[in-house]
This record gives sequence, C-alpha cells and structure tokens, in this order.
Amino acid sequence: MNTAAGWAKRPESRTGVRKQRNRIARRLFSISAGFIFLVLFAIVTMLVQRSLPLWQNVSLPDFLTGRVWKPDQGLFGLLPFILGTFWTTGLGIAFALPLSLFSAIYLAEYARPLTRTVIKPVLDILAGIPSVIYGMWGVLVVVPVVQTTVAPLFSRAFPGIGLFQSSNPTGFSILSAGIVLAIMIAPILIAIMYEILLAVPVGLREASMAVGASRWQTIKYIVLPKATSGLIAAMILGTSRALGETMAVLMVVGNVAALPRSLFDPAYPIPALIANNYGEMMSIPLYDSALMAAALFLLLIVLSFNILSSLALRRMLQ
Amino acid sequence: MAECISIRNFNVAFGNTLVLKNIHLDIPCGQITAIMGPSGCGKTTLLRSINRFLELSDHVTIKGEILIDGQNIYDPQVDPIDIRSKVGLLAQRPFSLPMSIIDNVAYGLRIHGMADGKDLHRAVRHYLEMAGLWEEVKDRLREPAVRLSIGQQQRLCLARGLAVEPEIILADEPTSALDPISAQNIEQRLLELREKYTIVLVTHTVRQARRLADYLVFMYLGEMVECGEASAIFSNPQHELTRAYLHGAIG
Repeated sequence: MNTAAGWAKRPESRTGVRKQRNRIARRLFSISAGFIFLVLFAIVTMLVQRSLPLWQNVSLPDFLTGRVWKPDQGLFGLLPFILGTFWTTGLGIAFALPLSLFSAIYLAEYARPLTRTVIKPVLDILAGIPSVIYGMWGVLVVVPVVQTTVAPLFSRAFPGIGLFQSSNPTGFSILSAGIVLAIMIAPILIAIMYEILLAVPVGLREASMAVGASRWQTIKYIVLPKATSGLIAAMILGTSRALGETMAVLMVVGNVAALPRSLFDPAYPIPALIANNYGEMMSIPLYDSALMAAALFLLLIVLSFNILSSLALRRMLQ
Repeated sequence: MAECISIRNFNVAFGNTLVLKNIHLDIPCGQITAIMGPSGCGKTTLLRSINRFLELSDHVTIKGEILIDGQNIYDPQVDPIDIRSKVGLLAQRPFSLPMSIIDNVAYGLRIHGMADGKDLHRAVRHYLEMAGLWEEVKDRLREPAVRLSIGQQQRLCLARGLAVEPEIILADEPTSALDPISAQNIEQRLLELREKYTIVLVTHTVRQARRLADYLVFMYLGEMVECGEASAIFSNPQHELTRAYLHGAIG
C-alpha cells in the first residue's frame, strides 16, 4: 500500500535481510559468551586428568597433610605450601581490611564531591599497576625495612612469643608478603566496598538523620548493618584475589618449603611453587602430576571463595 | 498570628541553577501550612531547608536566614543535629529502618538517650497510638518493620518522627506513594496532630490542600507567588498564576 508520501511500505527483501543479520549477530555474541565457559571447563578437565597419575602413588590425605616436599625422593607433601598460602593471604587481608573499610566509609559517607572525583581515578590506577611492580617495590622497600627494623623490634618487644621471633636474617618473609599483598588488594577492596555502601538507599540515611542522628550514628546503626553481607562479599572477593596472587608474593616471600613458625619466617605459597617449578626438572616422575594437583587444589579454593562471595552479595541485594 | 518559622531572603542554588529565589515567608504556629505548586517550583527544596537537609546534597549553595523561635538555624554556631531533633520529617516514601517495629520507634529515643527499659516500651506505645498504628502492630512489635504494608510503614515513620518530640513536622508529599485508604489515614493523623505541632506540608494536589491546609503558600519556578489564609486564597486568589493553578490550567 502506498501512502501519499510513498515511503510507508517496506520492501519484503529488506525485512528478510534485517532478520538474517539479527540472527547472525545473536549467534556471534552467544558463541563468544559460551567460549568462556568452554575455557573454564577445559582448564579443570586438564588439571584433573594430568593430576591423576599422582593418586596412584600418593593418597589425597597424604598429599594435603604431608610436610615434606622432595620430588626426587617421591615425597609430595603440600602442607608447607598450603600453610604458606593461608599465612600470606590471611595477613594481607588482616592488614587490608580495616584500611579499606575505613577508607570506603570515608569516601561514601564523609568525603566532599571534589575529594571523591579525585580519589576514584587514583584507586583505579592503583588497582591497575602490574603486580611485578608491587613486587619490586616490596623487594626494594618492604623487605629491607622488615629486615633491619621490624624484625629486631618485635623480637625484643615480645621475647617469649614464637610468632614474633626471627631466625631469618633476610627480611624475605610472610610479613613482607602480607604487607605487599595488603597494599595490592586495598585499592580493589576500597572500590568495591565504596560501591556497596553507595547501594544503601539515601532515604534510609535520611530517615536516620531526620530524627537527629549524627553521621556516625547513622553509619553505625543503619548503613553498616544494611551493608554487612555486601561488605563480607567484598572481603571474600579480595581474599580470593590474594590467594591467587603470584608474582608480587613470590618476589618477597622467600620461597622456602618449610612449615612457617613466625611472621618473619620465609614461606612458599602454592602459586609461587607452580610458577617457579613448572617446566623445570620435568624428568622427575610424578612431578608434573603433583604440580597439577596443587594447581587444581588452588583453583578449587579460589572458585569456592568466589561462589561464597556472590552468595553473600545476593543476600544483601534481596 | 504567631509565626514560628520565619524565612528571610532565602536563596538556594544547585550548581549554577537558582532553585529558590529570595524567599520571604512566615509560617504560623500550630497550624497546617500547605506549600503548593507545580513540579520543579522548589517546594521540596524549601521544605528540606527547614531541617537543614539541603546541605546533604552535593554542590548546593545556601544564602539567607531561617528563624525558628527567633533563632537563625543557619548560624554557623548551630548544630544541624539539634535542629533535626526539633524539626521532624515525614518523607515522600516510607523508609522503615532495617530493624523491628519497636526498634524503629525507639530509634530516635535511643540515639538521644531519652528512655530505657519500661519507659521505652511505654513511650513506643504512646507514639504508635498517636500515629494510629498501635492496634495493628501491638502483637507483632518484634517483627521486622519491612513486613508492614507501605501505608503502615508510613505511619510507623510518623511514630518514629514523633518520638523525639519535635515542635515542627515537615511532610513531603507524604501520601503520594500510598493507596487512597492509607492516604486518608495519614491525612487524619495530620489533622489530629495540628493542635500540638506546627505542620508544613508539601503537596501537589489542590484537593489535599483544601482538605488539610489552614495556611497556604503557592510557589512557581523558585519564587513565592502568594501566601495567606487557605480559605481566603481558595475563594479569592490574588495572583493570576495561583488562580490558574487552582483551576487546573497549569501544573
């Protein structure tokens, strides 16, 4: 049908082309999205498959609780590495958490608009610094300070307590790794926690302040309780990032496969173990398989932390 | 007429946009004053300047004075917290705090350390009765407040505001999110409270102003066009814009 203007009728052929293109676009996007799942699946499959030979010689409990790692003697005890991972991560989170939470509260509740617009891009830049640079900074600054100042100070201040005694003269230690990790993950934690605090409705804050509550009372009684599960989600996400962090930790932690006893002992986290050894001395039987099993273990822990985090976040948004 | 809020040469700008222009206004004590006007006329801004909520927004500039009982609340010596204990706010949408019904009402009392133990329970009951909610919630005081209907939550917010014993109640279109029955209930409460409190009500419905207002303020594009006894303005508006608004020609 033609109207007076003559443009009302759409040609049949154009409609067909349009639908065709829509189908192609849809397929392209869905394939791209599916590819990611495929990769995750491929990685897990490969790790499982290549770690299988290990289980014929070593039992799972022995692998996870064994204290000795001597591949040339067929001893594959992962415990020093598991403890190394948890010590450095735990310390990093312990340092980063208060710092990040307080900064995020300041930014979300107290800071003026100008401060926010300045600090937000700075956080993004900090979060984008390659971890090898944090590692270098750790070697050049943190390690010497721990070696010459912090370790002697703590040994003298807490004479009876093993946790603070130093038998390691180098400064490459759990404490150094914890400090570097904390500084690395703090920008990310602050950015996430800031967003989470902003997700608490303004109307709730106003409801509290309308009856004469101060900023701090409003934060304490309304904002923080409302944001708790979201803040926990942020913390878990930060933990899982710290668990997998390889390069910066590897550079300052000392890489000694022994059970750490004090903050000033060196340690050997799982990512560092894999990065340092994979591809070398692969002629040793089961070595490859044991590293794959270690990687699988790390992956499973990080994945479960990520799942926990999204569950906590969903709880807050309900 | 005793005025309890005096607004003098009051100007407010958000960024470079002037939202309130040289407002000069006296609001009488112990009455319901309705601020009317089309969207964007600055009526909510004016309301939020009376409990110093404006300064919570970014990029806001405030000039001029607002006197409550003769004291300029924008004096640098004045703590906004003291003003907000004296001037309550009923918001457009009810925001019940994420806690139980009883704790919502007790919130302000606890914040100010005003009541404990048995006293607290008695106080909560008293204010819930004033808000007309006691009978509906007396058996479920420990339940989370969010389980209440929106209309009940608005009355809960009213009880929470009353509990800190303000002298003035600001109400910012308090019925606009409610169903007609709940809205009527809130209007009823406001009429009952008029004897004890000075109420400033922002509304964009002329009919609500007719039902509630003793005193009327009409605003247009950031300026105060006309104010006076509600009955006088409704029967004989002095200004062309007011006449047009009341007859539904604008707004």
